[in-house]
Amino acid sequence: MTTIDPHATSSSPSAAGAGLACVAEWLTTTDHKRLGRLYIGASALAFVGVAAVALLLGIERISPTREWLDVDSLTQLFALERFGFIYLVMVPLVLGVALAIVPLQVGARSLAFPRLAAAGFWAWLLGAVLAVVAIVNNGGPNGEGRFYNLFVLSTVLVLVGLLASAGAVLTTILTTRAPGMNLRRVPFFTWSVLVATLCMVVALPVLVGDLLYLYVAHRYIPADAALNVLSSNRALAEWAGFGFSQPTTVIFAIPVLGFLADAAATAAGTRLRPRGVIFGGIALMGLTAFGAVLQTSVTLRPGFVDAGFGDKLKDLLPFGLVHGLAALGVFVAFVFGAQVLVDSKKLTSAALFGVLAGLLALAGVSSSALSHIGAAHLLGTTFEEGTLLTLVFAAVLAAMGAVSYWGQKWWGSTLPAKSTLPLALLAFAGAELATLPLLIAGFADQPSGVFPAIESTNPGVTDAPVNFIYSGPAELWNLLSTVGIGLVLLAVLVFVALSIRSFIGGEAAGDDPWDGQTLEWATTSPAPLHNFADIHIVKSAEPLLDLKPSTRSEA
Amino acid sequence: MLANPMAPAAAPRRQVFVGTAIACAAGASLFGGMIALWLRMRDQAIADGGSWMPADVKVPMVPANVMLLAFIPICVFAQWAVYSAKRDDKPHTGAALALVAALGLAFINAQAYIYSQMKLPVNGGLYNSMFYALTGVLMAAAIVGVVFSAVTAFRYLGGRTTDREVVSAHAMYWYFLSAGFSVLWFVVYVTK
Repeated sequence: MTTIDPHATSSSPSAAGAGLACVAEWLTTTDHKRLGRLYIGASALAFVGVAAVALLLGIERISPTREWLDVDSLTQLFALERFGFIYLVMVPLVLGVALAIVPLQVGARSLAFPRLAAAGFWAWLLGAVLAVVAIVNNGGPNGEGRFYNLFVLSTVLVLVGLLASAGAVLTTILTTRAPGMNLRRVPFFTWSVLVATLCMVVALPVLVGDLLYLYVAHRYIPADAALNVLSSNRALAEWAGFGFSQPTTVIFAIPVLGFLADAAATAAGTRLRPRGVIFGGIALMGLTAFGAVLQTSVTLRPGFVDAGFGDKLKDLLPFGLVHGLAALGVFVAFVFGAQVLVDSKKLTSAALFGVLAGLLALAGVSSSALSHIGAAHLLGTTFEEGTLLTLVFAAVLAAMGAVSYWGQKWWGSTLPAKSTLPLALLAFAGAELATLPLLIAGFADQPSGVFPAIESTNPGVTDAPVNFIYSGPAELWNLLSTVGIGLVLLAVLVFVALSIRSFIGGEAAGDDPWDGQTLEWATTSPAPLHNFADIHIVKSAEPLLDLKPSTRSEA
Repeated sequence: MLANPMAPAAAPRRQVFVGTAIACAAGASLFGGMIALWLRMRDQAIADGGSWMPADVKVPMVPANVMLLAFIPICVFAQWAVYSAKRDDKPHTGAALALVAALGLAFINAQAYIYSQMKLPVNGGLYNSMFYALTGVLMAAAIVGVVFSAVTAFRYLGGRTTDREVVSAHAMYWYFLSAGFSVLWFVVYVTK
């Protein structure tokens, strides 16, 4: 029987009740802007943790002969650094920005499959926590026992979660664009997200398949390589290592170029041309997905120069496809994207973030190609690690730029440009300082502790996770690199603090403070739950610029 | 605020169909990658002078062939459901979806029968663990297919007869499974 409490009042709920309701709203949200911010927030938190681990490893490496940590701890910390930077920071950060802004850019009123995207976020978060627990218990790559099984399964969960969210974004781009917005008219960032998510859909399931093989083998068979090569503790590095190294990681940096192009065009106040060439450049970068699909390292053999024509061709074709065309693509997209800023002599903080992130992406893709030239003997050295960090920092800088550019569409207030501009420079300086010494040390054969070298594929490179001695000035390079990571961490922490301050009580932003060109600027700041009151009909790639005849120009 | 010409909110363009196509693409990558690794391991084992399959293992070909043949009516019935749904023929759509689900269950049963007949210990070696991983993933995909059939049938028979794209997406998923199993059948059961 239903009863009515006569003492019930109609007064407003208590502060605790309101707080709980707010938490419940966030936990059960299917609003793409909130989901995106959940991803960004969680990965920012993860970045702080993983960067702290990287700092610890850097300090350990400064003195090559003094060992603070034992082999097992070091091995797991290196694993945490690599796994964390890729799947707890880089991918979710990029996906978070995409989730939060792509539906607005394409003029959609909501995300396609929002519950799937939400489930993806929570699966990713659960998998991430379990993976960290497994690594802490010596279960990561080259680890031991049942926690190794937990790590493999939780990595699968992380990947499935990310794939679910990527699938939702991809479907949104393909099915919910505003009338008139064909694929040639989508904003550059949306295009880059389309390419990146397509690549993820193709590449990540291959890694999932290999991890499932590894799980079944390790779960039921003792770690005996003679009985089953997939059950040994080193199998993860050997058979699934492609998912934790270049060129697979290049895929996740693709949206950096889309952000650069969008921010640069808006800063310059011009239509960025030629769109087709920039689109093509971004798409070429997606060819790196073949590197993951092939499940092997696409390299030029050490004796390439002396090899016969047939062997050369056999090496060159896949190398050119996976590394060469990708490097060309990122170069083209970067040059055309940045040139408009030089021509217009205008710069905003978002565009600066974009250019610096683009520079890092260019460096990362180029060094990825270089590291796969066999004669250079760079695989297994810190060059590879430096390349990964370059790509990760490119994504981090782009995400910082994205928050300063689009943040007002998510929470309605701006980030002060005078604070974010120096942060962009600080983060870039830190990123260069963190990565360049590692690249140089790689040429001097400093071994990387991540995924100890596999004798069969890297003869001569020894499995020495704690032996950082090499022929160069180890202390100097490792000290510089550590300071660089510290600077990036500092920049991110200050940026997060600024973002929180802006979120809590920042200066209210206008609907179109940057004089934007694309549809996200046609709605209010912050954007309402369903983004747009009405659906816009699009007649060009810059639908808002069409309505601003005074600033209309061609680049 | 600047305003473009406005239009009424348009219906999303075949969201479920496109989403299913993306899922199938991801599934194709998953199966493709797993089969590629299977072939690589098999070649490596043979090149090393060893044997790939344990000597005492016999693969029951009859249920494997029946599983392959089952996909012919599955595809026909799935397409029949699409055909009937386009004509608002509720009874035939429901019957076709039920038949697809029933054959899907028969497929899963046949896979379980193969496991019981082979008596292959999962901890017996590389072939064993890879066999269970590969066929297990396809069996999981078939379970998803049966659930998809059931959900589609409930939605359609429950009155959402305008959701024809869900029926089309359902058919596409089973086509994808047919292609996936055909490759698996050839690699794992025929060439072994």
